[in-house]
Amino acid sequence: MKALDLVGSAIGNTFRSKTRTILTILAIFVGAFTLTITNGLGTGINRYIDDTVAAIGAEDVMTVTKIAENATDAGDGPREYDPDAVAGAPVPGPPGSTSIVAPIGGSQLDELAAVDGVQRVQPVKSIDADYVVAGDGTRYVIDVGAFVNGMRLQLAAGEQPDAAASGYQVVIPDSYVDALGFDAADAAIGETVAIAVTDGDGVQHELEAEVVGVSEASLGTTDSVVPNDAYTDALFAAQSTGLDPADQDSFTQATVWYDPAATPEAVTALQDRLTEAGYDSTTVEEQLGSFKAVIDGIVLVLNAFAVIALLAASFGIVNTLLMSVQERTREIGLMKAMGMGSGRVFGLFSLEAVFIGFLGSAIGALVGVVVGTAVSSALSGALLANLPGLTLIAFDPVSIAVIILVVMGVAFLAGTLPAARAARQDPVESLRYE
Amino acid sequence: MTTPILSARDVRKSYGRGSNRFDALKGVSLDIHEGESVAIIGRSGSGKSTLMHVLALLDTPTDGTVELAGADTGTLRGASLNRTRNTTFGFVFQQFFLTPNASVLENVVLPLKIAGVGRRERRRRGLAVLEQLELADKARNAAVNLSGGQKQRSVIARALVNDPRIIFADEPTGNLDTATGAVVEDLLFGLHREQGITLIVVTHDEELAARCDRRIHIRDGRIVDDEAVAA
Ligand SMILES: Nc1ncnc2c1ncn2[C@@H]1O[C@H](COP(=O)(O)OP(=O)(O)OP(=O)(O)O)[C@@H](O)[C@H]1O
Ligand SMILES: [Mg+2]
Repeated sequence: MKALDLVGSAIGNTFRSKTRTILTILAIFVGAFTLTITNGLGTGINRYIDDTVAAIGAEDVMTVTKIAENATDAGDGPREYDPDAVAGAPVPGPPGSTSIVAPIGGSQLDELAAVDGVQRVQPVKSIDADYVVAGDGTRYVIDVGAFVNGMRLQLAAGEQPDAAASGYQVVIPDSYVDALGFDAADAAIGETVAIAVTDGDGVQHELEAEVVGVSEASLGTTDSVVPNDAYTDALFAAQSTGLDPADQDSFTQATVWYDPAATPEAVTALQDRLTEAGYDSTTVEEQLGSFKAVIDGIVLVLNAFAVIALLAASFGIVNTLLMSVQERTREIGLMKAMGMGSGRVFGLFSLEAVFIGFLGSAIGALVGVVVGTAVSSALSGALLANLPGLTLIAFDPVSIAVIILVVMGVAFLAGTLPAARAARQDPVESLRYE
Repeated sequence: MTTPILSARDVRKSYGRGSNRFDALKGVSLDIHEGESVAIIGRSGSGKSTLMHVLALLDTPTDGTVELAGADTGTLRGASLNRTRNTTFGFVFQQFFLTPNASVLENVVLPLKIAGVGRRERRRRGLAVLEQLELADKARNAAVNLSGGQKQRSVIARALVNDPRIIFADEPTGNLDTATGAVVEDLLFGLHREQGITLIVVTHDEELAARCDRRIHIRDGRIVDDEAVAA
């Protein structure tokens, strides 16, 4: 029998007992549908996280702090007071809730730059702004974020800050647009705002910058303004006015660039070398790693349910085909008597199983995509309006194709038992069968 | 004398083993020549069908050899066995074994489909053989809707479609009333006469047996009489 005729016959046979076939297809449909939706959820959320990663920082950078001499791991008991230690990034909470790290100065920066695998080091100039204001309007308290080259903010309007520009630029958060007196995000672009900082002597400095973008609230970014390099430097200089020069050159954090093409192993090795040199390092991946792990875990559990549904469906296939082998005993005997080989008989029945699997999974995936897209767009308008840019259920053609292929593979495996039984049938016995 | 197309030498066939062992054939030897019509007759359970299955290479004998045109068939395996079954034999069974919901044409061309003949050629040859059996107008009907006689004619068409050298018929008229049975008989013998096809018929029916060139009587797995009738 020709391969094409074999496929044609298998497809034809599928519809011989329609009710039974349709019920089996429905069972597979449920599994494939669930798998498509859960997969879409994983794709959607992880895609969002990837975008957020880009908004939090460039992918090829890590944040480095110097481990204080007397720093001990949590759980090692009380830590001795170190007068030289600087208070690190303020931690939300009552006064004193700061992480203690050793300062990073010029010599530490040189030391870091010398570590193998480090391409560039830059101190993180953290700016403690008093307020932001547009013109003579109301002053609002605000945090100042850091912009690292390569980072991509999620913007509602405008552009990313230009790291190379010498002019002062700033991106303001969407939630401040109204308060600062702008009609809309678009209207704020090109306008001027001022940020004020207080120096060591208690003198307040106000510095103006052009608004180049408006950022959307998202998982990674808080409601903070993001200045470009030039503006950051200016604000930092203003904030440090009157400080002892030694103190001026002292930072809590530094940003380290590494090879963007570095493998995860290479990055880990680099982090090990930094630890050896006495530095703590956190990659952007690590900052979001636990979040991703949770999402992956949830998707895995959901997928497990879908796989269980598929498993149940595959028993349906076994059952359907066993019945059909039973019903067609004579037909199989006749075909064998007419010279059809066992391999072809096996092929005929397993192709039938694969076809049932294909129908169930293709319909399941299709309906899954339609329903998932509808649900996702309904949710993003209502429940998830606070997370712009999040498509809860997103689909990627490759994984849909993989789902269909996997289900067809499962169907094939389920079909092997009945197909092998059909192939083994002895023509004489089949013809005697009443 | 020419080489017989089918030749059985001391063929034995047993079912089961130990105390359950049953010898269905107890040493059968016979020669069938090309173009002969042979009736295998005997009581129910005497081993007629078993002998036919062995001769048609559907079953392997427990002992003894079957030669097809002088070649030992014991060594035939897999693809070559299937090809021999497909191209040399045509079968008419007591039951029709038609696929009920498929059309008559599809049922008839099944051997060609198995042989790997192309769709167009299948259709041409299927329609030709249906024409010959006066069933052309039923080609598109579902097999389930045919009368018994039409079904049996379809089965004969299916047996003929691949131009076999031998047609095996196991009780071809057993399921039909006398009149329709006669029509089917005429058809088989007509083919035998006009196309020189070797006909091997298993039957209870004395009348049908009487029309054959030769009658082989079987009792308890042995040939008890092999009478040739001068044509
Ligand atoms: N698979 C089997 N296992 C055991 N015994 C069998 C088997 N097949 C056939 N037999 C026995 O072999 C004997 C011959 O069977 P066979 O079918 O050849 O008879 P038959 O002459 O064709 O009878 P009928 O005219 O009723 O069709 C019978 O007694 C039958 O019970
Ligand atoms: Mg019989």
